[in-house]
Amino acid sequence: MCGIAALQLRNPSLHPQMGSLLSSMLCQIVDRGPDSAGLAVYNTPGLVSRGMSTLSLLGKDQGMTTADITAGVAALLAGALPAGAAAAVKVVGDTTLVSAAVGTDLLVKAVSETLPGATIIGRGEHVAVMKSVGHPMEIAAEHGLEAMAGSQGLSHTRMATESAVTAGGSHPFSVADDLCLVHNGSFSNHATVRRELRREGVVFDSENDTEVGARYVASRLKQGDTLEEALVNLGKALDGFYTLVVTTADSMAVVRDPIACKPAIIAETDDYVAMASEYRALAGLPGIDNARIFEPEPGKVYTWSL
Amino acid sequence: MVTLTAPESTASTAPDARVPESSTVDLAVTSVRELNQAIHNAADGQAWTVTNPGGKHSLAVGIDADIAVTIEGHAGYYAAGMHQKGGVTITGNAGVGLAENIMSGRVHVTGDASQSAAATGHGGLVVIDGNAGARCGISMKGVDIVVGGNIGHMSAFMAQAGRLVVCGDAGDALGDSIYEARIYVKGTVASLGADCVEKPLREEHLAELAELLAAGGRTDNPADFKRYGSARNLYHFHVDNSTAY
Repeated sequence: MCGIAALQLRNPSLHPQMGSLLSSMLCQIVDRGPDSAGLAVYNTPGLVSRGMSTLSLLGKDQGMTTADITAGVAALLAGALPAGAAAAVKVVGDTTLVSAAVGTDLLVKAVSETLPGATIIGRGEHVAVMKSVGHPMEIAAEHGLEAMAGSQGLSHTRMATESAVTAGGSHPFSVADDLCLVHNGSFSNHATVRRELRREGVVFDSENDTEVGARYVASRLKQGDTLEEALVNLGKALDGFYTLVVTTADSMAVVRDPIACKPAIIAETDDYVAMASEYRALAGLPGIDNARIFEPEPGKVYTWSL
Repeated sequence: MVTLTAPESTASTAPDARVPESSTVDLAVTSVRELNQAIHNAADGQAWTVTNPGGKHSLAVGIDADIAVTIEGHAGYYAAGMHQKGGVTITGNAGVGLAENIMSGRVHVTGDASQSAAATGHGGLVVIDGNAGARCGISMKGVDIVVGGNIGHMSAFMAQAGRLVVCGDAGDALGDSIYEARIYVKGTVASLGADCVEKPLREEHLAELAELLAAGGRTDNPADFKRYGSARNLYHFHVDNSTAY
């Protein structure tokens, strides 16, 4: 059992409330996965900036001061950074964010050389990813979710089954620019698919089954699939139980396996699309009494774009 | 060794004057446990209203008195489970496992119900005005279920007794491995499960269907339905059926 709560805000006037709304949803799914949790927030001022790539690193302590990380990354990017621009490093809760006005691949290279032991848990221009072990509401509070603005938010509370309770095994898995995936369930043939992806040159960070799903989606998107096509293909390649939520810079998708053992419920209004494992996580949303509320059909991919 | 004896009655046989005929419980300020304890202590004939359910789980479970409970809003998992007597009306949607193991009495949902509605129900009536999710009536053992909309896949899986009426469409593998129970579907059936077959709709079926539809507050014409039930080929192992298990 795991818990998922996701929110896409269509009405920009709700963006300042993204964190408080997501926090109230997360609060109701804690029981479903109290051992660890993760958050992904999109277009949150103070965490990401337009025209800059941001990497989210696991842990607040990277073994170097933020000034040393900034200097190290900036030195490696010297030729690529625009004139007068610098790298920026910020610690938010148990997460280190590194930003610079260069492409993500270049920034990944510079950060990996500066901090060889760092685990990159999020990347892109729009997304910041935060995850940790412990009570989900404490993790949310530590990262200051309540006060965060943004266009989309995704949260996950984990009850680990397929791999250890570690921050690295927490969801979301963000393995390509602005792409995040969370999972309630378990993939049974993840080892096979992991081997196939490794043969294609894909590098894995963990032994976690969900990472395989995320890397599979990233691989399909890279090959030209739309988000919907990638998730239809995932249904053919990966076997097991799943309710998945996938977010990109401007869209959100929900899919359940054809047996649909894992719950999901969606509320849609003109102002937002919200998805959660259980209705009680949606009950406090504004205008919920007039929302279109439905359970996603088994095996059907739903997508919404901003 | 423990000897169980009935507790000595300390209450007078006259109705307790302190118990009101109707009560409202606001779940914004009262816990689910307090609600369930209160309705377990309730006396026959009372009417209870539950406000602000907020999708909470296990609402109005184990009712064993002839009371009417109305839940104003959406209920979470296992609402009206183990229902024994009286009626529960949910003016909204219900989560997983609505009226699980209902024994008798009536449970009515005006919206949709999630998966496994009326699972293992032994008796009573479950009415869902909207759609029901997957596995509706799984392992039903005597309950009657009337669904105004569609039902999901694997409904009436291993059904043993009771009646399931569907005014909309049925999902895949309807009545898979069914022992007995009668299934009536007005719309389309995506596919029938192992050993579930269409059967003739005779006069006695039209009559019982009319009764069930009336009990569910429906105005559909019984003649528009088809009946499905067990081919009884899986009752005993037969090597020719080995691939059907």
